[in-house]
Amino acid sequence: MRPDEIAAIIKSKFPQVKEEAGTNYIIVPKESILEVAQYIKNPPLGMDNLHCITGIDRKEKIEVVYTFYSIGEHHGVTLKVNLTPEDLNVASLSEIWKSANWLEREVYDLFGVIFSGHPDLRRILNPYDWQGYPLRKNYSNPDFIAKPRM
Amino acid sequence: MAVIEKIPCSKIIEKVPGGGFFLTTSESILKWGKVSSLWPMTFGLACCAIEMIATGAPHFDIDRFGAGVFRASPRQCDVMVVAGTICVKMNDCIRRLYAQMPEPKYIIAMGNCAISGGIFYYDTYSVTKGTEALGIGVDVFIPGCPPRPENLLFGLMKLQEKIRNEKNAAR
Repeated sequence: MRPDEIAAIIKSKFPQVKEEAGTNYIIVPKESILEVAQYIKNPPLGMDNLHCITGIDRKEKIEVVYTFYSIGEHHGVTLKVNLTPEDLNVASLSEIWKSANWLEREVYDLFGVIFSGHPDLRRILNPYDWQGYPLRKNYSNPDFIAKPRM
Repeated sequence: MAVIEKIPCSKIIEKVPGGGFFLTTSESILKWGKVSSLWPMTFGLACCAIEMIATGAPHFDIDRFGAGVFRASPRQCDVMVVAGTICVKMNDCIRRLYAQMPEPKYIIAMGNCAISGGIFYYDTYSVTKGTEALGIGVDVFIPGCPPRPENLLFGLMKLQEKIRNEKNAAR
């Protein structure tokens, strides 16, 4: 299935989602991420593989990006959830895809997004006593050595 | 004579002509033993470890210098080759491994990351800026990204030279 066909199927089922301009990424309100995820896992879309979860810090919002793939159908879809910096809570997908467990821990570690319902939300890459979230734009560390500007 | 000059400690061992014995000092024989059987630790951190493994393999053969017995326990090692990027999460591990090694112990910092942080020097949150930033004294620095196996062998020979010229052999 082509990406625009997948987007059309999801949009007809869930009227609250919309497409990002210029792409086929689907922006999902954070309240409905669980039901959209549950829907795309089953046929006709059959996204049985959660490739990647990552985050993007755009200063006024933090985007959580989910990349799915269907091994049987050879097609994929990307979902995005926009979070405001004041409320970084989103439902965990680890009950639906087991691979979400570590991926969500990574996003929590580096961006500070809280995945509610996650069974074991600890840091995964940084030491457990680490302070702050390193991939945020406003992160700084006393050990940083700034690169001299040419 | 040319062959004898290539033997590492031929200068400190004096052969008595016509006799079946030789003269030396106990310090010299101790150094000769230390130089000729450096046991490195099986310890790789990043891509430099691949070069270290290649150095241990038959093509380059680190065994020619008596340093081919890679031990999996720090308690049986003489030399730690810090081969790769030191992440902050690895700091305590390296300090503990260093403390577990028995004296005499030597450190080779292999590659730019183990020397100073290398390409991760600026604007990184997760990389320690070199082995000496951990408070561990380094004996030989081998620059390169990563160094070729020949460079590691050269660094090993430099370490052997350093051990041979030590003033206090009972370090």
